Amino acid sequence: MREVAIKVENLSKLYALGQIGTGTISRDLERWYARIMGKEDPYAKIGQTNDRTTKGSSDFVWSLRDINFEVQKGEVLGIIGRNGAGKSTLLKILSKITSPTTGKISIDGRIASLLEVGTGFHPEMTGRENIFMNGAILGMRKYEIQRKFDEIVDFAGVAAYIDTPVKRYSSGMYVRLAFAVAAFLEPEILIVDEVLAVGDAEFQKKCIGRMKDVSVNEGRTVLFVSHNMAAVKSLCTKGLVLKNGQFDFYGTQYDAVVHYQSSQIASSSFIHEGEMDLAPGNQNIRMLRFQAKPLIGDVLSISSGVQFEVEFYNFKENINLDVTFELVNMDEVVVFHHGAFVCSNKDSKKSAYIVIGKLPPNLLNAGNYRFNIIFGENQRFGLYSKNDVIQFELTNESFGTNSKTLPGVVRPEIQYEIVNL
Amino acid sequence: MAWTEVIEPKSKLFDLKFKEAWHYRDLLSMWVKRDFTATYKQTILGPIWFFLQPLLMTIMFTIVFGKFAKLSTDGLPQVLFYLAGVTIWNYFSESFTKTANVFKDNASIFGKVYFPRIIMPLSIVTSNLVRFLIQFFLFIGFLCYYKFTGNPSVQPNLMILVTPFLLVIMAGFALGAGMIISSMTTKYRDLSFLLTFGVQLLMYATPVIYPINSLPEKYKIYVMANPIAPVVETFRYAFLGTGAFSWISLFYSFGAMIVLLFVGVFIFNKVEKNFMDTV
Repeated sequence: MREVAIKVENLSKLYALGQIGTGTISRDLERWYARIMGKEDPYAKIGQTNDRTTKGSSDFVWSLRDINFEVQKGEVLGIIGRNGAGKSTLLKILSKITSPTTGKISIDGRIASLLEVGTGFHPEMTGRENIFMNGAILGMRKYEIQRKFDEIVDFAGVAAYIDTPVKRYSSGMYVRLAFAVAAFLEPEILIVDEVLAVGDAEFQKKCIGRMKDVSVNEGRTVLFVSHNMAAVKSLCTKGLVLKNGQFDFYGTQYDAVVHYQSSQIASSSFIHEGEMDLAPGNQNIRMLRFQAKPLIGDVLSISSGVQFEVEFYNFKENINLDVTFELVNMDEVVVFHHGAFVCSNKDSKKSAYIVIGKLPPNLLNAGNYRFNIIFGENQRFGLYSKNDVIQFELTNESFGTNSKTLPGVVRPEIQYEIVNL
Repeated sequence: MAWTEVIEPKSKLFDLKFKEAWHYRDLLSMWVKRDFTATYKQTILGPIWFFLQPLLMTIMFTIVFGKFAKLSTDGLPQVLFYLAGVTIWNYFSESFTKTANVFKDNASIFGKVYFPRIIMPLSIVTSNLVRFLIQFFLFIGFLCYYKFTGNPSVQPNLMILVTPFLLVIMAGFALGAGMIISSMTTKYRDLSFLLTFGVQLLMYATPVIYPINSLPEKYKIYVMANPIAPVVETFRYAFLGTGAFSWISLFYSFGAMIVLLFVGVFIFNKVEKNFMDTV
């Protein structure tokens, strides 16, 4: 029978949003007073689920809510979810960097977490000194590091520079050395955040190989958080999907990835069900449906393109009806503000309309986007507008050997001409 | 089933996790070492700074308080008097200031990896102890010079044997007070502004630049209420032979230190689990 390595029960974490620091003394006193009077925490009860698309009325948000799962020994659990789904919070609690608000985690075995490579590296110290320092921070004893020292140096491929201060290292060497220390840790449970997103392609392969080694040959438990679905599928044996801080799905890694990708599409759509009077809108317009889906393939990604559709019911007759779409990215930058006339000859009818827009593939960069919609008359008078109707994520795709998300609002395909003079 | 570890919202009050901290003892020694190698790299004078800091302070005190203000030094050579005060005081003030900023200074490391946080304040006190020893030898050098040039007022005595005890008290104060302040600065940043000022004020409330015997009787009691005062006075009494020394006041110091240390550890323990959410 397999044994349980990690058991998570009813785990929740409450975070304060916005400004911390102003008025906290009075708030602290208020909370303290409520506690001694045996009342509920006046600020906790209004916490909401972690949905960043709608700004809550509360200053507190449940970053994780009632999470339950178990990890068997020797299993590799992939944790997936959108940005802000609570993955990092879960890792932080598991690594004891912060504590849960409620709930309990029971762990059997020594745990080591890699939320970052090279923690505690000091630029002035040599590679050798940093290996020892970093190892010690990760909980290794000196003799353990001593024993593994040659392997670590060999894995990182920096033998020639081991007594040089790391500030003289190239960034690639630095990262390789940092990962190497972590790769040779010997905990029973290893927690890995997306540290694989460093180094060149060859080194990434080496890292994935090393992690497979750890789980398959050495029988250790690994928790792995990643946006890289290919890595999750090839490395993990189980998958856990989080959504808005809540449990969404648990199953084999394949099922989890499929579930996650299909829920991506679902979350990027708004469909009103029920009475039309209750649909968002007013006496002029009622919005019934708004969806964004890939033009090509099943997953919204950089190369899939985006088809967005709105279905609405118009009540105003004989006007020049227009609809404008506004796409906003995570940095609150308006990517475009663009629309079309639904009727341009003062001939609008009391009926339902569908407007479909198509964004070509290889235009937008990867990231999260939101749609705002504005219905207007003659492009001058607003009839109805709604912000954040839907949100969707364009997943990243490698650009050459670079698998990181590149900076920039757009990521178009550009034809280059090279002239050698 | 026996779990190796259970993570829960609240920890026990005085759960010091000594066993865990002991496992990380290599880390403590490495922090101390790193502190030394990193601090003086790329400075021209390097480790000489260890000597220069107390020396410059002593020279400044000699000029300002000795020559201009003409404060009493209990008949002792001014340089020796100030150097003694500065040496023991610096151990406290530097350990205290650094401990008080421990969360702020190490937020980036604390946010990425777990190790018993208490390691950090302990390493600060330890590395300052090494620094103290270096400065202590400087002081002994000056002491020998004055002793052998036949200055009759310099009378080292057997109380020298209490020195380790004095250091324990100072370390305890620095740890206790530092941990309290550091825990509170994670939420109320205002405190870190007050800190520098507070340490200076505390120095004047401690007989560092004046002997307690030079005070009018009615103020003496207030200064002696400051639990750091007896430590400084005893240190000077042991090495120089003059100063107000009594076992009672020394044990008062010790008691105050124990209380402060307990409060500090208690608050630190409470804060370390969640400080990443507020810092």
